[in-house]
Amino acid sequence: MTCEWRDKIGAYLDNELSEADDLAMSRHLRTCQDCAMAALGSRKLKVSIKRAASGRFVPSPEFRSRIGKAVAPRSRSLPSWLPGFALAATAIIVVAVGLGLLLRPRQHDVLVEITDLHVSTLASANPVDVISTDRHTVKPWFQGKLPFTFDLPELQNSEFHLIGGRMAYVAQGPGAQLLFGVRKHQISAFVFQERESFARLGAAPKTSQNLAFNLETWTDRGLRYVVISDASAADVLALAKLLRSAE
Amino acid sequence: MHDDRGNAETFEALAMPLLAPLYNFAHWLAGNRDEAEDLVQETYVKALKGFGSFTPGTNFRAWMYRILRNTFLTSRTGLKATVSLDDEENPVTQPAADDDPESLLFARADQEEIRRALEQLPVVHREIILLCDVEEMSYKEIAELAGIPIGTVMSRLSRARSSMRSLLRTKLQGARQ
Repeated sequence: MTCEWRDKIGAYLDNELSEADDLAMSRHLRTCQDCAMAALGSRKLKVSIKRAASGRFVPSPEFRSRIGKAVAPRSRSLPSWLPGFALAATAIIVVAVGLGLLLRPRQHDVLVEITDLHVSTLASANPVDVISTDRHTVKPWFQGKLPFTFDLPELQNSEFHLIGGRMAYVAQGPGAQLLFGVRKHQISAFVFQERESFARLGAAPKTSQNLAFNLETWTDRGLRYVVISDASAADVLALAKLLRSAE
Repeated sequence: MHDDRGNAETFEALAMPLLAPLYNFAHWLAGNRDEAEDLVQETYVKALKGFGSFTPGTNFRAWMYRILRNTFLTSRTGLKATVSLDDEENPVTQPAADDDPESLLFARADQEEIRRALEQLPVVHREIILLCDVEEMSYKEIAELAGIPIGTVMSRLSRARSSMRSLLRTKLQGARQ
């Protein structure tokens, strides 16, 4: 028979008990030898883990400087020996980029992230985690991985074919990335739960371009869809329509 | 947009001190240096890009760990490791009465043995122990970071520690006989 306090020893040592419980536990430990021994063992283990695991792996100096460079504010990385004309040219670029940022609506942050995901998928040797042309295989794969479900269209009489799917994270939220092929091109369709980060994109179907990628986005029954590809705008729109008609 | 430079400086000042602990955590999750470096680098790039959506004054450290964790979960190793999430309902087994007192048992465990046991844990268990015992995060922080209820944090942690104990028990008692 185990003491009813035993289950709370972990939380006690983690400082997670309420003030009253904490006090009661301290008192209990003075009288129950079994619990006191268990608490001693747990404390010993907790401390040993901290000692054995923290700082076990240390980033190399090269890696540290690589990260340092990646996050350093831009102008600091300019070498001091840069000739004047190059500086002037850089200044113009900086101003141009600055203007671009100024003029760029915030909604692009999410789209940039989605474009990056699409591009990195195309570049990957293993672009999808579930490989199937069958929508009845791809859709169930996402079950239990996503807190929502979505429908995939019948592609039998279209130019499109399904390649597969994978999990995608945008703005720290999970979603589905579905990869389709049309002729030599690949198209990603992303499905997320509609959230504040996407709200600025608007609910109505919208066509846009980002770095020469064609893009179509809309919301439907609480889900945000983004279709993106280097295929023609007409292809992107056609797939978007198929997705919208899926049931 | 004079804020950009200032933002980048703020980000650098907040994020660089976290490099060592984030790298350590990434290495424990991924199991090797190359993947750990990739994970950390991707985390920093994503975080810098998304820094505009970070609310000043909220928990920056937890925010960074969350990004790293999400990045890991969508990586090959991460997906493989979390396919078989163990069910949280199984009761935690208590050690039998005739076992050595754990205080004595763990006093004999050296750092290598602890590390090896930690490596053998399923990644969800290893992760929660690292967040709680090494990073010393509160249950609430862990719950928010992992997107799970506090009750699940507690049951998972309890299961993780129980597995850790039985791994060590097997090692230590086995070694003695």
